[in-house]
Amino acid sequence: MTFLPKPMTVWRLIAKEILHRKLNFALGVFSVMAASGVVVAQFTLLRAHDLSTERILHVKQKEAELRLAKMEDDYRKYMKELGFNLLILPKEQDLTEFWQSGFASETMPESVVTALANSEKIVVRHLLPIVQQRIEWPEQKRRIILMGTRGEVPLVYRKPLEPMLLAVPPGKCVVGYELARDLAIKPGQNIMLRGNSIEVQYIRPERGTAEDATIWVGLAAGQKLLGLEGRINAIEALKCHCEGVPAEQTREEVMRILAGQVKVVLRENKVTLRAKARDRAKVEHVQAMVAERASRDRLKQARESLAGVIVPAVLVAAAVWIGLLTLSNVRERATEIGILRAIGVRGRKIVGVFFIRAMVIGLLGAALGYAVGLTIGITVQRSSSLRVESAGELFDPLLMVIVLVAAPLLAMLASWAPAMLAGRQDPAVILARE
Amino acid sequence: MLEIHNLSKRYAHGDEPVDAVVDVSLSVTPGEFVGVQGPSGCGKSTLLLAAGGLLAGDSGHVLLDGQDPYELDPDARAALRARRVGFVFQQFHLVPYLSVLDNVLSPSLALKTDGAAGRAKMLIEHFGLTHRLHHKPGELSTGERQRTALARALLNEPGIILADEPTGNLDADSARAVLEYLTEFTRDGGAVLLVTHDDRASGYAQRTVRMRAGRIVEE
Repeated sequence: MTFLPKPMTVWRLIAKEILHRKLNFALGVFSVMAASGVVVAQFTLLRAHDLSTERILHVKQKEAELRLAKMEDDYRKYMKELGFNLLILPKEQDLTEFWQSGFASETMPESVVTALANSEKIVVRHLLPIVQQRIEWPEQKRRIILMGTRGEVPLVYRKPLEPMLLAVPPGKCVVGYELARDLAIKPGQNIMLRGNSIEVQYIRPERGTAEDATIWVGLAAGQKLLGLEGRINAIEALKCHCEGVPAEQTREEVMRILAGQVKVVLRENKVTLRAKARDRAKVEHVQAMVAERASRDRLKQARESLAGVIVPAVLVAAAVWIGLLTLSNVRERATEIGILRAIGVRGRKIVGVFFIRAMVIGLLGAALGYAVGLTIGITVQRSSSLRVESAGELFDPLLMVIVLVAAPLLAMLASWAPAMLAGRQDPAVILARE
Repeated sequence: MLEIHNLSKRYAHGDEPVDAVVDVSLSVTPGEFVGVQGPSGCGKSTLLLAAGGLLAGDSGHVLLDGQDPYELDPDARAALRARRVGFVFQQFHLVPYLSVLDNVLSPSLALKTDGAAGRAKMLIEHFGLTHRLHHKPGELSTGERQRTALARALLNEPGIILADEPTGNLDADSARAVLEYLTEFTRDGGAVLLVTHDDRASGYAQRTVRMRAGRIVEE
């Protein structure tokens, strides 16, 4: 014999015993594998549920964002069409008369608009001072609306926005569609208005409103034609809905800034209606998202409840099974334990043999169980409504570590009593019995 | 080496206690081969287990190398057994899943010594088991099993071998070989306490004591 054998170790003893009693070992590994597999499958499905929920909500969020962006775009387009929702009138204005006639009969100093524009607190985004009256067009012998406007007033404390209405240049006018059609007025043509020759800058497209019978001139020209130099009838203002401040609050704010010089009325128009619709859609979207998440959470809770029953049951069953297998192993090895004790092996080492064996069973069972559980989880989620982008997303390294640590501990815990029994067996009793 | 003073051991056996060993005194010195002979149930095996530190008596003392194993804690007692005592049994008590080599090496689980591997190799060669090195006990003849058990008992170079009917299951040739090995062990300075009811076996002993009903009746 030319070789030198290796000394006997506990690990070698365990390895040889495992190879000798394969069935007992395999049953132990299988029970841990089954328990770990069920646990991993349950957690994998819960993870799939979470990932699926996030994906669904993400898709819905994106869809809603696109819808809201479209509405926002529409809203801005309407804004460009002069949809003002605040009308600032002279404080003397009789509102009943105003609503009946559609015009302010009273006037106020033009400086009011300057005071408003210079305020740093104001949340309106566009200010348009106008002078406006229904007048007789003597040269054509018909009643028209004459509107003088100087275009938007720049806001001192706000980021400049694109003007919503450009000023009408001096010496020029803009003519409403109906007037132009009835009187065959063309752009570039000069018309006479109250003895003043004014060039037609362009014809406004048909609106189907009083604007079709309106002539626009510059504010100064309008004031002069109406004999109202330095005065205006009204300021149209738009409170931007994206500010998140209700129009009513803006109205009060304007009245506070102008300290009783004006009356402010709110007007519903396409812009406000659109903005409200957008706000409503936003609220509905948030509510829908909350409802969707709540629904998903309820489903998750149901799954967790099921897992909360299955997982402990499986773990207890596996622990009992491993305990019984270890006890069987201890009984089967009684003589071996007796002789090992007789030749001087300490009881603690005998206990260690069974603990290490249980740990090996737990570790191997956990590794196989993780693979099996993950495979089951992936397969089940594929055949259900839970769809994740890729199976790799379901791999949870933390869960794997937990299973690889917890399963051996559980197996050792389950083997505690039989292992202690083995360590305390009296070799004299065993050997005398044999 | 081994001294037993006034050892008594009583077992509770139902309502009637059984006196397995009664006031037995015995000593085995290094190089001595002592046989204990008697009929079945006379207390021989109980005496052997008590001598080996596995079974405390109800009264009396056992001294192994001058030390009472029953005054030691279980770990120290196990260490004393591993260091000084070798057991050989009639049923061999080999670990069924270990090869001959691993069975011989199994005492190194209890006592780590640098030369264990080399000594195992030497013992296997000495007992003519080289060709059975990787065989399991189930694949061996009874003689080979007992020689394996004997090699295992000798691995840690014990001072005494306690042998309980080591030839009880062996044919004449195998029994003779085992007894010769035990004799050889005593020639090398070891002590042997052999428990048997076989006259042939006790014939190898330098001194034989006879037991009956737990007592030594002839020395």
